[in-house]
Amino acid sequence: MYSRAYKAAVGIPPLAWVAGFLLLPYALLFAYSFWQVGAQQVIHRWNLGNYRELFDNPMYLEVLFRSMKIAGAVTAFALLLGYPLAYYLSFRSRRKELLYQLVIVPLWVSYLVRAYSWKTILGSDGVLNTLLQYVHVVRHPVESLLYSPFAVVLTLTHIYTPFAFLPIYASLEHIPRRLVEASEDLGATPARTFLRVILPLSLPGVLAGATFAFVLSLGDFLAPLLLGGPSGIMISNVVVSLFGAAYNWPLGAAISLSMLVLVVVLLSIVQRAERKLSFG
Amino acid sequence: MALPVAQPVASDLKRSAISSGASASPLLEIRSVTKRFGSTPVLSGISLDVAEGEFLTILGASGSGKTTLLRLVAGFEQPDAGEIHMAGQRLDTLPPYRRRVNTVFQQYALFPHLSVFENVAYGLRVQNAARAEIPGRVTDALAMVKMSEYASRAPAQLSGGQQQRVALARALVNRPQLLLLDEPLSALDAALRREMQMELKSLQREVGIAFLFVTHDQEEAMALSDRIALLRSGHLEQVATPREIYQHPATAYTAQFIGQTNLLRAEVKHGMARVGVLAWPCASGDGRATFSLRPESIQLAATARDGLPALSGDTARFTATVRRQVFGGATDLLELDCSGLTLLARVPSRGNLEGAWEFEFAAAAAVRVKEEGSRE
Repeated sequence: MYSRAYKAAVGIPPLAWVAGFLLLPYALLFAYSFWQVGAQQVIHRWNLGNYRELFDNPMYLEVLFRSMKIAGAVTAFALLLGYPLAYYLSFRSRRKELLYQLVIVPLWVSYLVRAYSWKTILGSDGVLNTLLQYVHVVRHPVESLLYSPFAVVLTLTHIYTPFAFLPIYASLEHIPRRLVEASEDLGATPARTFLRVILPLSLPGVLAGATFAFVLSLGDFLAPLLLGGPSGIMISNVVVSLFGAAYNWPLGAAISLSMLVLVVVLLSIVQRAERKLSFG
Repeated sequence: MALPVAQPVASDLKRSAISSGASASPLLEIRSVTKRFGSTPVLSGISLDVAEGEFLTILGASGSGKTTLLRLVAGFEQPDAGEIHMAGQRLDTLPPYRRRVNTVFQQYALFPHLSVFENVAYGLRVQNAARAEIPGRVTDALAMVKMSEYASRAPAQLSGGQQQRVALARALVNRPQLLLLDEPLSALDAALRREMQMELKSLQREVGIAFLFVTHDQEEAMALSDRIALLRSGHLEQVATPREIYQHPATAYTAQFIGQTNLLRAEVKHGMARVGVLAWPCASGDGRATFSLRPESIQLAATARDGLPALSGDTARFTATVRRQVFGGATDLLELDCSGLTLLARVPSRGNLEGAWEFEFAAAAAVRVKEEGSRE
C-alpha cells in the first residue's frame, strides 16, 4: 500500500535518531569499557582490566550492594505505601478521579525541589529537629537524619511511590467487581476476599510497580548527592566522579555497562514472571 | 471398608434442603421492600414469598427492578424500607457472606486465576469445610453439571455454556437454602439456551433447592417456573402459576407481556360486551371494560371447518378479511381485519386463506383485565 520510498522517508529519521543517540553511545560505552587510562590520556588497548577492578576492589562492590539495599528498601516502602493507597482509591473511595489527581500532581513538581525540601525538613535546624526538641523528645538536634542512607531512602520513597502506585492502581481497577461479589456470596469475608481474589489478581501490577521503584532508585543520582553524605553514596555518584574529577572513563564505562546488564537481566526475569501471573 | 454405591449428591442436597418438620411456612419472605437509587424508586413496597423447593421466576422488562430485587436477597444492596426473612430469621441485616444463599451471576463471574476445581471448591474452602471432604464434594458437584473432565482447566479455556455449568456447581456445592439465578441463560445462543433450560429444570427437581430465577424472557419463565412473579417498574403486577398467568391475566400489561393477545376495549351493556361489530355475552357489570383474547382462541367458524366439532357454550361469531397469513409450521398466525378492528388469530396450518371468512371464539375465552387510565 505504501511505496518503499515513502516507508524509507518516514522510517529513516527515527531510526537515525535511535542509532545516533542511543546505539552509538552504547557502542562507545562498550568500547571504552575495555580500554585503559594513563597519564591523563585514554589508552586504546583492549583488556578486561576494568571489569577485574570492579570485582576485586571492595569499594566498588560495597557501593553497589549499598545501592541495591537502598533500592530494595525504597521498593519495599513504596509498595507498602502505594498498595493501600491504590486499594483505597480503587475499592473504597467515592471521588476516585479527584484523589487520583492528588496522587499524580506531586509528579509535576521538580525532583530537585522535592529533594531540597527534604533537606529543609531533616537538617539540624530543620523542621523535624525543631519539632522533636519542642516536644522534648530530644535535647539536641539529631545529626544523623540528614546526609545518611536514611535520608536517601526517605527521599526516594517520596519520589517513587507514585510510580509504584500507578501500575498497582491500574491492575486493581481491572479486577471485575463481580468477582468480589461472587467471593462474598460464597461466604468469604472482605479480608478473605482480599487475600484470595484481589491480591493474586493484582500481582502483575505489584510486580510492575516494584520494578519501576527498584530500577529507578538503583540508578538514582540526585538524592544521594544532595542528602546522602559520604555514607550514602550510590553507584551512580561513583560513575559520575569517574567521568569527572577522578578521570577514569574506561572504568566508569565498565561500571555503567555492568549496571545496564544487571537491569536488563532483572527486567527479563520480571517479564517472564509477569507472563506466568497474568490471567485472561 | 465397603461403601454403598455412591449416593448422587443430589439426594444429599435434597435432604439438607428440606426443613425439619412438614411446615408450610415460606422459605423466603420479602416484606414491603422498597429500594431507591438516588431519588428514583426502583422497587416500591414489594412483598413476595418463596416456598421451599419452589422454582419461582421474577419476570420483567429491563428496568423493572428484577435484578435489584435479586441483589437485595443476595445481600449486595440494602433495602431502604421493608424487611427480608429466611427460614424465620431476619436476612437483610446480614452481610452476603453470612447468608445461606448463593448466586449464579449473569456473566458467571468465575475466578480467572483458579482452575475449575478450585473455583467450585472456593466456597467450601473459605467456609472452612472439612478438608478431607472437599475433593469428594467438588467432584460430585462437577459430575452433577457434567463437567467432570474439565476439573483442571482454567475458566478462560471454557465456552459460555461450560462456564455457566461451573458457576452452577460452584453455587450448589455449598448446599444453600436458596439459589439465586440472575438471567444465567441470556448470554447463550438459542439452541444451547433451550438445552440448558431443560437441564436446569431437572437439576432443580433433583436437588430440591428453592430457585429464585430472574429473566426477561417470558417463554423461558413459563417453561421453567412453578410460579411467575411479573414485575413492572418496581411493582408486582401478578404472581401466579404459568398456566394461571397465561389464561387469566390480571391486567392488560400482563396479557400483553406474556404471550400474544388481542386487547378488546369494549362497552358492556345488559350482559353483552360490544366492540365494533364484535359482541359476546359477558357477566360483568355495565360500563367500559378491557378484555384479553388469546389468538389461539379465535378459530374458523364451524361451518368453515369441515368435519370439526363446533365450539360449545356461548360463542361469538364475526366475519373478517385475512390481511396477512404468517406460516408457523404447525400453526398459522392470521392478521384479521374485522370491519376496521385488527385481530390476531392462531389457527392450525392450512392452505391459503385469502379473502373473507367467518370466525368464532368462546365468550369465556375473553378474559376481563384491568387497564391503567380507564374508568374501571
